[in-house]
Amino acid sequence: MGQMVRLAGAVLAVMLTVAGFADAGESRAQRVALPVVKIEKGAACVAPTEEMRRDHSEMLLHQRERTVHQGLREPRFSLKNCVDCHASRETGSVLGKEGFCSSCHSYAAVSIDCFECHTPLRQSGAAVVSR
Amino acid sequence: MASIQYREIDGRSGAFYALLGALGILILAGLGGAWTMEHQGHYVTGMSNRIVWGMPHVFAIFLIVAASGALNVASIASVFGRDLYKPLARLSGLLALTLLTGGLAVLVLDLGRSDRLIVAMTHYNFKSIFAWNIFLYTGFFAVVALYLWTMFERRMNGYSKPAGLFAFLWRLVLTTGTGSIFGFLVAREPYNSALLAPLFIVMSFSFGLAIFVLVLMAACRWSGRVLGDVVLSRLGNLLGVFVATVLYFVAVYHLTNLYVARQHEVERFILLDGGAYTALFWLGQVLLGSLVPLALLLGRVSSRSRWAVGLAALCVIAGGLAQLYVTIIGGQAYPQLMFPDKYVASSFFDGVVAAYAPSLPEVALGAGGVALALALTAVALKVLPFLPHSLADGDVNPTAA
Amino acid sequence: MNPERREFLGWGVAAAAGAALAPGLRLIELVQARSPQEAASALQRWGLLIDITKCADCEVCVTACREENGWTGQGRTATDPQWIRKVNLRDKRTGYAQTLPLMCQHCEHPPCVDVCPTGASFKRDDGIVLVDKHICIGCRYCVMACPYGARSFVHETVSGQKADVPRGKGTVESCTLCVHRVDRGETPACVEACNRDGGKAMVFGDLNDSSAEIHHRLRTEPSSQVRPDLALNTGVRYQGL
Repeated sequence: MGQMVRLAGAVLAVMLTVAGFADAGESRAQRVALPVVKIEKGAACVAPTEEMRRDHSEMLLHQRERTVHQGLREPRFSLKNCVDCHASRETGSVLGKEGFCSSCHSYAAVSIDCFECHTPLRQSGAAVVSR
Repeated sequence: MASIQYREIDGRSGAFYALLGALGILILAGLGGAWTMEHQGHYVTGMSNRIVWGMPHVFAIFLIVAASGALNVASIASVFGRDLYKPLARLSGLLALTLLTGGLAVLVLDLGRSDRLIVAMTHYNFKSIFAWNIFLYTGFFAVVALYLWTMFERRMNGYSKPAGLFAFLWRLVLTTGTGSIFGFLVAREPYNSALLAPLFIVMSFSFGLAIFVLVLMAACRWSGRVLGDVVLSRLGNLLGVFVATVLYFVAVYHLTNLYVARQHEVERFILLDGGAYTALFWLGQVLLGSLVPLALLLGRVSSRSRWAVGLAALCVIAGGLAQLYVTIIGGQAYPQLMFPDKYVASSFFDGVVAAYAPSLPEVALGAGGVALALALTAVALKVLPFLPHSLADGDVNPTAA
Repeated sequence: MNPERREFLGWGVAAAAGAALAPGLRLIELVQARSPQEAASALQRWGLLIDITKCADCEVCVTACREENGWTGQGRTATDPQWIRKVNLRDKRTGYAQTLPLMCQHCEHPPCVDVCPTGASFKRDDGIVLVDKHICIGCRYCVMACPYGARSFVHETVSGQKADVPRGKGTVESCTLCVHRVDRGETPACVEACNRDGGKAMVFGDLNDSSAEIHHRLRTEPSSQVRPDLALNTGVRYQGL
């Protein structure tokens, strides 16, 4: 019994080491494209980058409640404003190839629901409101 | 009376695996139907903006209503103390759980946003009878599981009576809630009625017992257990009483409507010139679902063959599905009366009887739910001792019933 | 009376006067367009008055709503959404014919709100009945419950949505009284189009605002609701029905 445990432990150690080496370095197979974050509009976002990266989902959930149920439509925090600023210069969308939202989300395998209903396209002639 | 012996079914024969295989295919078909509806959108079904609840709901509500009724046999044993039904109580509880699972699966998979089930379970509008039903359905699982535990665990046997009473009351509230889903709709002539809740209660008695009888007959026959005439005829009598009660409630509902001038048009629609709905009402619901079973079940006991009970149960199920089709789909097909004394026409099908034809994805989903319920039952019978060793006449206690 | 008590009474009267005046002060502010930072308020109640005697064969309101909100449909009439429709009536006995636009009536006691299991169908404080499509599970119970058949279920994938009107497959939708326009101080698209190109049959406004045209007309002219027997106190009223 003890010998089985030792053998299992050795196999596990070998597997983890090999896996560790396999993952290191540029040579690993790129099965999923790393996210491409292109900030095309120079002005800053409505909150610091680190805060946006960490909390944007909570901010979206909070703001949608305010807009839909209470009618609070601060232009800075509207989804329209996010899309207008972050939409790709070429495609005009935040989805698709190198789209601002889909790039990170498909890498992280976190599916987003927003654009089932909201248009991912920048509206032409829109004035972007930042801080 | 000797204590009842329960045993699992063998479940190792080729026929058993063939049964599971067949049910599995139906379940897969149901999942396929659900996937098609979810992926393409509901336009691939026969449902429309006028008929938003279709075949899946007919099946789902049938299963849910039958689930609460299937618990009846156990309630008669535990709550009303009829010893004859005691050996049947475990199977009764099991069927209640599996039928409800099948029904809820169909309901959830038909939602426009099934992926938001978590939202449905965390956001509640307590004014909605639908929201209450969600609580009642999920609570029913816990309550019946607890009840079954008191029956399985010898040390808890003493608690099976209070647990049974609690389950009985819970399912009365649950079925009242299901009927009220329709009864609370003020704006639809076929529904707006307080009678719908008690009608659904008696429907649950009838459908639930019919399914119970068929499952019992099949399970005993295929596992080589004896099902004596005493038990079977007693169940047959009970089914006859329930069928008669349903017929009574349906008659009162329609007779009352016929007295109310405003309801004349909708009664004319259901009873006379509703086309398919009228045919389903008279031939399906009344003839096949009520009169034929009554003739089969309430004849003299000695002249009644065992097959009569099984056939009657089948007819009750067919009639029940017809009844729900007329209620759910016919009720929506009938136009809403917004402008009294006017002919109404619009691009949104106002003022006309809406068209509906069941589609393959819908029927597949509904059938998949039925198959799921039966498959779960079959597997459970193999895993745990739900069935009594014998229901032969000598082994049961008819006198106390 | 001692000075402290007098002072106290003075402050008390001032506070009472302020409390009495304050709601009135709010009302005057709200007659102008609400700023985006302000929430919808229960002091307002948005409503529509439609004089159907001025409604001819015109469908300008329907076209405008379709354009504004983007529900163009796929040519499948049974499953395509319709937020507003023209309903043609003909009296069974006299043969007298009329037509009217029918949309969500924005009831004060909406049956759709009562039945929604998740609370997605809700009434905003200012009376507009909406669907919060973030929490709509697509059960269609509200479609069953609506006495006016105002709700539509989105039966197909939607693309090319208007930026101000998100809508998607699997949820339920209906006339929003162009809430995105109302919040900007504009009128619904149907009203604007009717007044521009149609029969000038529609008036939009705040039912609680005594200086509004709609309030004045409802107070001085006869009007009716569709299905008044249901006691829903609709926000949409009709003349000439």
